[in-house]
Amino acid sequence: MEKFITLKDTAIPLVIENIDTDQIIPARFLKSTDKEGFGENLFRDWRFDKNGNPNEEFSLNDKKYTGSILVAGDNFGCGSSREHAAWALKAFGFKVIVSSYFADIFKGNALNNGLLPVQVSKEFLDSLFQSILENPKSELSIDLGNQKIEIPGKNLSEKFEIDPYKKTCMINGYDDIDFLISRKKAIKNFEEKQLEFLKEHSEENFV
Amino acid sequence: MKKTLFDKIWDAHVVETIPNGPNVLYIDKHLIHEVTSPQAFNELKERDIPVFRPDQIVATADHNTPTIDQHLPVKELLSRNQLRELSRNCEENNITLYGLGHPYNGIVHVIAPELGITQPGMTIVCGDSHTSTHGAFGTIAFGIGTSQVAQVFASQCLLLEKPKKLRINLNGKLKKGVLPKDVILYIISKLGTNSGTGYFCEYAGNVFEEMSMEGRMTVCNMSIEMGARGGLIAPDETTFEYIKGRKFAPKETEFKKMKAYWKTLNTDTDAVFDKEYSLEAEDIEPMITYGTNPGMGIKLTGKIPVNLGKSDLKSLEYMDFKEGESLINKTINYIFIGSCTNSRIEDFRIVAAYIKGKKKAENVNALIVPGSQQVAAQLRDEGLVQVFEEAGFTLRQPGCSACLAMNDDKIPEGEYCVSTSNRNFEGRQGQGSRTILASPLTAAATAIAGKITDFTKHLN
Repeated sequence: MEKFITLKDTAIPLVIENIDTDQIIPARFLKSTDKEGFGENLFRDWRFDKNGNPNEEFSLNDKKYTGSILVAGDNFGCGSSREHAAWALKAFGFKVIVSSYFADIFKGNALNNGLLPVQVSKEFLDSLFQSILENPKSELSIDLGNQKIEIPGKNLSEKFEIDPYKKTCMINGYDDIDFLISRKKAIKNFEEKQLEFLKEHSEENFV
Repeated sequence: MKKTLFDKIWDAHVVETIPNGPNVLYIDKHLIHEVTSPQAFNELKERDIPVFRPDQIVATADHNTPTIDQHLPVKELLSRNQLRELSRNCEENNITLYGLGHPYNGIVHVIAPELGITQPGMTIVCGDSHTSTHGAFGTIAFGIGTSQVAQVFASQCLLLEKPKKLRINLNGKLKKGVLPKDVILYIISKLGTNSGTGYFCEYAGNVFEEMSMEGRMTVCNMSIEMGARGGLIAPDETTFEYIKGRKFAPKETEFKKMKAYWKTLNTDTDAVFDKEYSLEAEDIEPMITYGTNPGMGIKLTGKIPVNLGKSDLKSLEYMDFKEGESLINKTINYIFIGSCTNSRIEDFRIVAAYIKGKKKAENVNALIVPGSQQVAAQLRDEGLVQVFEEAGFTLRQPGCSACLAMNDDKIPEGEYCVSTSNRNFEGRQGQGSRTILASPLTAAATAIAGKITDFTKHLN
């Protein structure tokens, strides 16, 4: 997995709440058996009309907005567990998603792909939207080590939370598989104990 | 310390806890399907990691499969390729696959319970957010992403923070015509689509205790639609009776022993939840949704709320509805009865009882898709197939079908579909389609009337 430490870039605003993963990547594009090529269908039905013409009003098509940070409304990534949503955002070029709330499964999927979800307060999210809409060239900076997101031009900043274990993984580019495999001995011990536990608990209560 | 049902199961599955970090949680059963597994198999192959416990994995083909002519090769090339890849991966890794045409084939969350694979006290995962369904049996069951599918392949474990605990108490007597689907749509409409994020939800109270297993599955299935990773209901005699005698359920003495253990799986009196709600059964009426997330629900005879926010207004625009509008008498040309939420035998019995002797309205396309081959067989055995045919409903072969429209079962652009599925997201049932979520009874009544109707007036 790619390492993530700090990022300073412009951002694209998506002022919509409850964006579900069906919008991020519609189900009809989930037929691939590899992780490639999902970027072109990111937000497919919002970016393009049914004839494939770009919807110029949609912020991802609006040339004044650029950058590798997506700033989106509350409860981003709800719905389906499809990791294709994280792959599509990553392939499109996003490295960070900022919102005031993330759905659980999406958040985990993003972190497992080196895509950083930054959860901010509703007030800070409003400031971010305001700043980007006023000046699309205004930059945001994200410092994972210090868990801080900042609008340098406005002298506004906020701390964000991240699970310490996941933070270490992001900074070092580790993923969970290597760690879990290194725990095989403990897992096998657990399996033996589980058999005993079930035997004990079922016989103890069996009359 | 007093423990909740969730604590008891979770704590019994913690292999170890990483200092200042997540738990290593052991997974008893891993269910897989064609759409979210291929990249996980590839990852293992690339890293030369073997599948650790193939015996604890069960595979089915359901998401992209056609619901007609399942005995023929799948026409659509990409779907066929994905299904072929699943077969190959299962064969190479000694994983049991109930593929297309197999008598046990069907929607993953329908087949595991009906085969007795799902049992109380287990941890169950699947690369599908509606894995929460299995919580109906008193299990910790939740959807995972493909990276996590690979982790479970490699280690039979996941690294997870223990979620917070939420309890929803529902007591009282449900009104006539109110089904489990209405109960969960009501709960989500009251609490909102992200009220459960970060939580596992226990459903408690006499309403759930009196519910059938099918009904409990419908409720737990939609836990994810309020953001909860999973939902669960304490196992009881109803649960044990459902499991008894099923293909992979423990047999005879072993069953009795396991039942003794399962009986210990409940929340201790005075156990503490991080959040708790109490609702009254009498307040619930048949429900429908008017927007593009499952939280946007109203009672069938209600009006769309006014003074909505910007995102909700965008939803209404997509649906072509107006604030303050009632949906009664709205013409509907499509109804879909199926999906992992409502495609079990009980759902179809309710539909059949309502439509028997009636005919669907001429304008309506009524699609019935059973959840599994076993449910399809039950429909034949109980004579329901004939009831559907006589009413002019179209009966298809099992699969996820028009719930997510990965196959050819799509609702055309601009058309409304009263659907028993779980999501009314934009384009969920086909590009430009407009979904109105409802119970099987509401969907059946809509098909007969050709429009949304207050059927409760005609119930005996």
